[in-house]
Amino acid sequence: MSAPVLDIRGLSVSLPKGADRPLAVEDVSFSVDAGELVCVVGESGSGKSVTAFTVMGLNPPRALRAVAGEVLLQGVDVLKQSTPAMRRLRGEKMAMIFQEPMTALNPVMKVGEQIGEMLEIHTGLGPAKRRARVLEAMRDVNLPEPASLYHSYPHQLSGGQRQRIMIAMALTLEPALLIADEPTTALDVTTQAQILALIKDIQRRHGMAVLFITHDFGVVAEIADRVAVMCNGRVVEQGPADRILTRPEDPYTQMLMAAVPSLTPPARLQPKPAPPALEVKGLNKIYGSSGWFGRGRRQVHAAQDVDLTVHPGETLGVVGESGSGKSTVARCVVRLVDPTSGTILIGGQDVARLNERRLRPRRRDIQIVFQDPYRSLNPRRTVGQSIIEGPMNFGMGAAKALANARELMEVVGLLPEALDRFPHQFSGGQRQRICIARALAMEPKVLIADEAVSALDVSVQAQVLDLLADVRARFDLAMLFITHDLRVAAQICDRIMVMRYGQVVEQGLTRDVFGNPHHDYTRALLDAAPGREMSFASAS
Amino acid sequence: MALARGTVEVAAGSVPREAGALSLALGNRGVLWGGMLLVAMALIAAIGPYFTVDATALNPIQRLKPPSAEVWFGSDFLGRDVFARVVSGARISLVVGVAVAVISVAIGLLLGMVAGYLRAFDAPIMRVMDGLMSIPGILLAIALVSLSGATLMTVIVAIVVPEIPRVVRLVRSVVLTVREEPYVEAAIAAGTRPYLVMSRHILPNTIAPLIVQATYICGSAMLLEAILGFLGAGIPPEIPSWGNIMSEGRTYFQISPWIIFCPGIALALTVLAVNVMGDGLRDTLDPRIARKM
Repeated sequence: MSAPVLDIRGLSVSLPKGADRPLAVEDVSFSVDAGELVCVVGESGSGKSVTAFTVMGLNPPRALRAVAGEVLLQGVDVLKQSTPAMRRLRGEKMAMIFQEPMTALNPVMKVGEQIGEMLEIHTGLGPAKRRARVLEAMRDVNLPEPASLYHSYPHQLSGGQRQRIMIAMALTLEPALLIADEPTTALDVTTQAQILALIKDIQRRHGMAVLFITHDFGVVAEIADRVAVMCNGRVVEQGPADRILTRPEDPYTQMLMAAVPSLTPPARLQPKPAPPALEVKGLNKIYGSSGWFGRGRRQVHAAQDVDLTVHPGETLGVVGESGSGKSTVARCVVRLVDPTSGTILIGGQDVARLNERRLRPRRRDIQIVFQDPYRSLNPRRTVGQSIIEGPMNFGMGAAKALANARELMEVVGLLPEALDRFPHQFSGGQRQRICIARALAMEPKVLIADEAVSALDVSVQAQVLDLLADVRARFDLAMLFITHDLRVAAQICDRIMVMRYGQVVEQGLTRDVFGNPHHDYTRALLDAAPGREMSFASAS
Repeated sequence: MALARGTVEVAAGSVPREAGALSLALGNRGVLWGGMLLVAMALIAAIGPYFTVDATALNPIQRLKPPSAEVWFGSDFLGRDVFARVVSGARISLVVGVAVAVISVAIGLLLGMVAGYLRAFDAPIMRVMDGLMSIPGILLAIALVSLSGATLMTVIVAIVVPEIPRVVRLVRSVVLTVREEPYVEAAIAAGTRPYLVMSRHILPNTIAPLIVQATYICGSAMLLEAILGFLGAGIPPEIPSWGNIMSEGRTYFQISPWIIFCPGIALALTVLAVNVMGDGLRDTLDPRIARKM
């Protein structure tokens, strides 16, 4: 076997002083052969991105410095290269694609020219030849009508097309190594499946080495040849993908694998018959504004004739891709936006048309937990202040509210002392627990979780899901669970509602929707779920 | 991106934001030097006039004397001591600068919060502000002063009015951003009344950019006051203000330039100090804004 394309040996990268650990990456060694796709997988803060950025020489030079080891790219140590030499290596020998294609592309430059820029910098080709090469590269990534897309600006393309442009840009110079840093994380599941297939296909055709950074084990199962698992800056385990995913040896990897939600829904108890806690009928929301000078703007039908019912003690999952209107439904139900038409019955009373003053007393019945734990809590107020705000709005005394908050802290698995601290002293998962406690403090009948676990690492995600299931049972809550993640939906929802373009396309019991989908779109969604054929090692 | 999220967590964990905003700000060189210069200016303005000769005393024998050991900044065409006049002019400048900053920030904050939070008022308020902004500040100020006669009070009002739109726009943009934050939405969903949402969750976010904006307004108000004085539309000429001194010295510029240069240098130094301090405050109070600019 020939020498590997990328060989990382004993790499250590220092963090700036005052960080939580001295080294971002510690003694990391792994290699990527030609024609091989290696996944580096780990949770946030594991050092996987720092490793990739070190290989590319893109780390901020003062904050993150490689202090030991070597990174051999086809036998050349990139850590010892001068800046101009690195510039040549980047693009010609290695290229990188990023998570968010919108921000990685220059918004004021035509995409064809952006790809051509690579050739302009690194080769002596004339404009006509460059253009031909660009069109070839665009065809290579299966972009439709390259000649017309050549003159498009990034905002005119879809997310998937933008990521294809990024890949085309990375491939124009036929680098030996492609580094992909979470390239599909920002994409919808169906688009993600296409991009993954494309990367795999290109890698085979060009015999390229690919270093693929991800946190998603479904993606790993889909494309990886080999896997390196990182935790706190160290590689804890590496080996062939099949072995790592099904028979992990390191306890950390085992824990991660056990935390990956299965796509097979577990058996569920039938909830007790009771009048519905939340009933939505014919809900419509049309966006489109009218200001003094803003007439005649395009209208968006974000939710169209949505009907749903949630009973106490039951979880209804709303599943869909971005732009499907699932969050709009949630925000209408909480009345953070005003629905255009329809009725929203909470405990039998219509709140869709109430004005803010009449609505306020009803607000405590329906609470929401948001996606981003870093923005869901006011950074200037203590956790306790945030939690007791709601009950005190409804006339509860501060002492009583604080006593309740203390109990709730235990319910959500935090110490009561947490009440006196500020949100920034907590991790993402802990903050999400605080947000759940804040919602529970209102003693709601309906709890809405709007992508509440989507921003969390997989191990934390499992814990928060358990907590949500636990509080639902304990307080007999009706839960509306908004998510794009089919695995999560399969685990927590009793019933599933699939949305697309603002419309409900399918609704039914979770096991029916997953086992026997009726609508083509549901089927497409399920087929696109990465790693659907892989059964991950479960906790033994 | 995992990398960015990791570093945010590290930064938040190691430097608690609540701890010592003041000491952090004083650690910044701009804040320190600008602040020291301003404190010195304020001291001179406050107690200086008690130690100098009377700034309005005429002395025809001593007309247009160049700077010397007796008359440090020379004397003007009526023989008045320019140093004494510059020292007492500092009072006017600082009072105008601070008063304009405080008043325009207070009014702008109120209007901006209303425009940003209550949608019905947004368009009316902002169109009026657009209208105000379409008139050059100096013209508007001259018009306002000439409407009601020149006193210290009218000059302050005349400078406040053109400054308000800038504050309103700043506050409104902060409010519009912050009101979309999930924690504000959570508060609304918890039945918090609008005035509490504004005062608890939105207002604190406007403080840092407002302090920075206030320093810039303070600097530009002092300049505007001097310009009004120089054009003869400002504070009445019997009160020595930097603009008035320069205006009177204009005729004698070729034979006694110190009459213009001394108050000019004082003005430039003060405005520079205010702006340097503003830049420093911006960097320490709100690193996000600093990076955007």
